Amino acid sequence: MDLASAPLLSIVMFLPLVGAVIIAFLNPEAKDNARWVALWTTIITFLVSLIVWFHFDTTASGFQFVESRNWLDIFKFKLGVDGISVLFVNLTTFLLPLCVLQSWVCIQDRVKEYMIAFLVLETLMIGVFCALDLVLFYVFFEGGLIPMFLIIGVWGGPNRVYATFKFFLYTLLGSVLMLLAVMAMYWHTGTTDIPTLMTTKFPADMQWYLWFAFFASFAVKLPMWPVHTWLPDAHVEAPTAGSVILAAILLKMGGYGFLRFSVPMFPLASESLAPFIFVLSIFAIIYTSLVALAQTDLKKLIAYSSVAHMGFVTMGIFTFSTQGVEGAIFQMVSHGIVSAGLFLCVGVLYDRMHTHEISVFGGLVNRMPVYAAFFMVFTMANVGLPGTSGFVGEFLTLLASFKVNTWLALLATSGVIWSAVYALWVYRRVIFGQLVKPALKTIQDLSYREIGIMAPLIVLTILLGVYPAPVFDVAAVSVKKLVSAYEASVRPPPTAAAP
Amino acid sequence: MQVLNTYAPALPEIIVAVGAMVLLMLGAFGRAVPGRDVAANVFAVGTLLLAAGFLAAAPAERATLFDGAFIADDFARFMKLLVLGGSALVLIMSVGNLSRLALLSYEYTVLLLLAVLGMMLMVSAGDLIALFLSIELQSLALYVVAAIRRDSVRSSEAGLKYFVLGSLSTGMLLYGCSLIYGFTGSVDFSVIASAASGQPTAETIGLTIGLVFLLVGIAFKISAVPFHMWTPDVYEGAPTPVTAFFAAAPKLAAMALLIRVLLTAFPAISGQWQQIIVFLSIASMLLGAFAAIGQSNIKRLMAYSSIGHVGYALIGVAADSEAGTQAVLVYLAIYLFMTVGAFACILSMRMKDGLIEEIDALSGLAKTNLPLAFVLAMILFSMAGIPPLAGFFAKFYVFAAAIKSQLYALAVIGVLASVIAAYYYLRVVKIMFFDEARPAFLPVERGAGFVMTISGLFVLLFVLLPAPLVDAALTAARTLHALPGQ
Repeated sequence: MDLASAPLLSIVMFLPLVGAVIIAFLNPEAKDNARWVALWTTIITFLVSLIVWFHFDTTASGFQFVESRNWLDIFKFKLGVDGISVLFVNLTTFLLPLCVLQSWVCIQDRVKEYMIAFLVLETLMIGVFCALDLVLFYVFFEGGLIPMFLIIGVWGGPNRVYATFKFFLYTLLGSVLMLLAVMAMYWHTGTTDIPTLMTTKFPADMQWYLWFAFFASFAVKLPMWPVHTWLPDAHVEAPTAGSVILAAILLKMGGYGFLRFSVPMFPLASESLAPFIFVLSIFAIIYTSLVALAQTDLKKLIAYSSVAHMGFVTMGIFTFSTQGVEGAIFQMVSHGIVSAGLFLCVGVLYDRMHTHEISVFGGLVNRMPVYAAFFMVFTMANVGLPGTSGFVGEFLTLLASFKVNTWLALLATSGVIWSAVYALWVYRRVIFGQLVKPALKTIQDLSYREIGIMAPLIVLTILLGVYPAPVFDVAAVSVKKLVSAYEASVRPPPTAAAP
Repeated sequence: MQVLNTYAPALPEIIVAVGAMVLLMLGAFGRAVPGRDVAANVFAVGTLLLAAGFLAAAPAERATLFDGAFIADDFARFMKLLVLGGSALVLIMSVGNLSRLALLSYEYTVLLLLAVLGMMLMVSAGDLIALFLSIELQSLALYVVAAIRRDSVRSSEAGLKYFVLGSLSTGMLLYGCSLIYGFTGSVDFSVIASAASGQPTAETIGLTIGLVFLLVGIAFKISAVPFHMWTPDVYEGAPTPVTAFFAAAPKLAAMALLIRVLLTAFPAISGQWQQIIVFLSIASMLLGAFAAIGQSNIKRLMAYSSIGHVGYALIGVAADSEAGTQAVLVYLAIYLFMTVGAFACILSMRMKDGLIEEIDALSGLAKTNLPLAFVLAMILFSMAGIPPLAGFFAKFYVFAAAIKSQLYALAVIGVLASVIAAYYYLRVVKIMFFDEARPAFLPVERGAGFVMTISGLFVLLFVLLPAPLVDAALTAARTLHALPGQ
């Protein structure tokens, strides 16, 4: 087990940065060089992250591959993964090569800078999921804003300035309050070490302030209704690969934050505020599904559908049961794969027609049968059809919510119907019917490159749908620990009941 | 030798003073050979670096000279190194532009050296007389420098405005000093401190009034709201190389003076001055954030930005703790690097017919000059306080100090103001990266390029090795907090 003693997480984290530095010194005219370096960097990063995955001990409950270096007196450069974060690290490294491939043809302007931005973003995203120090976590969490701001703003659509400012300022506003909470925790405990803080018992009233400060950040990031409005704008304007990253990974930071901080560190506040979260989740599931129904833009529709699906995540997390939390984690992983697939599908259309208006399309199955089949799989997974990965997460979270409150489960279950309504309807409008629009007469089916990008996602969608064990095996011990720690600190009820 | 040993703590100041006088003599009596003024500039940079070298090598213990009027301690050393380093960087990057504007005369260099000397004395001031004289030495030199472009109406206006408003504030400062002297019977900070402690009496009330006047005078120098009015006009009117100098070192020196006065002369009535500082801080942060939004001139933008930054730095002063002082020092050091770098970029906005100040001229800079656009964007993101850039850590420490001192409202207002401020920094980034390209600027000059590289590397890589600066700031902060009631 020599490999396990190497600083694997640091290597995974900084490899993309090394690639970015190499690209920076390339000749800007040789666009293919930048593309190849980016592709190889992301592939090698993925392979190294697979080593982490296969050496991950699924029976151990603590953090693994822990590295700690001195950084800033009390704040350590400390990395580590548990069963929850290792999933997201691998999801990130898995999707990045696909993003690079997706951008191969459609990005022709400033290719070097584009690839650098993506590689830097990858480093920061991996850092978010690996950081075991609150300040370090915040640095990565916020740092991702800069490359994403540039990706949307430089390579985005016509209304990109508005979208990218909204994205940046919204997220920043949410996060700065969390920064103050981080400091309050630091002065209270004298440390920012995440494993230590997870076992620290904060006073009940302090938990409330801290909970809300963290909530502000994660709710915007996830996003939860009613602070989700930046997401549709950002998605519509972002280039395809930017949308993929945004939906598949950046949103997951919010859910990850709830799991890593809100629930284990502030259990009392979490318990009291769970109904609040449930209400917001129900709004997200039903209301944004209805909003999605009214969209005329494919990307906006998927963006609203993402908000609805994240509603299941928050609901599952705040049931504080093994099923609920595992369901939420699975839902996040599944949504990471499925929404990536959906945005790639939209990107295929955009590359050909330079629009994502639904009304432009129709009858595509006649000329693009392979595309229709791929899009079908992702649409069905988005609906939550049994046999696809989308089903497992939704089912578990619904099961868990049923134990908490029947009405909650009832309302949330209706969300499954709503998602079927908008997803199938849009699928019919885009794919089926007669191909009458003259502009579509010559549209081409998927190229081998595009099939190559989507095939892994299709495989994973179906594989995890029929055999979800790989995800559950990895997460099980960490979830169990999370839930039992929560139970221990909430029951028996503390003497000073929360106000 | 005896004399040399006695005055050793003041050796850096002596070097700068001698350097300024040598230059003055050479300028007055030497022959005007071509290249003389560039040589004077190089000589001045050398003088500053020599002084910095002696400063860095000086023993760590605290020393006082001239009956306590001059204090050399870790705090003074830290701030003086920043002042000297910042001034040297500004001199290096502005040579080309100055000679092009025909401003690079030896007088300019001499005046800047004298201003630096004033700043160093401000940092080390141990009584009210030294405080006043050092501020005046610095200010008088700067008044002249602001108006050095005699044929420009704007430059003359800037100089005059600066002089008139500056004199007013000096008057207030002097009045405050006389009140404090009147009620305590001493000009020495440590004597004032012991007089201020104890039960509140009529004397302490008079002392408080004197302190308010003193604070007004210093608030003018650091351009804290509501004493900031001169800043945008002077920044805009003065020639850009001069503005770069104004933005960096003098603010630092005045801030150091403020910290030393408050912490060594008035620790006993911290409850009184804390309210004033909190108000100055909030007002500066908010005005800096809102007023900068509408600016179209990059120098005015930097002026409001600097007002905002002073507000953040004042948070650390308001915290009134060792952590707070450390935070201010970290903030000022990072601010210095960011400002110098930003002005190096502004000095590189050159067309054939001179320097450009319109923000719109930066349009599409990423397409025409990516390195310049990249460095400026990183500095602006850093000023907005986005991690992992250096500016984040500056803000991090001041907010952490505020939370520790339980100034929650101040911290919350501060972070909200920083989000508003992020908007106008982003706007410049947007113009550079998202908009259509305009005609390219002339190539970046070597001096400005050098400073830009240093500043850019500092901003980007600070995250990898933050400990040395933070530790040095802590050592410096300790010297002020280790003398309770002296």
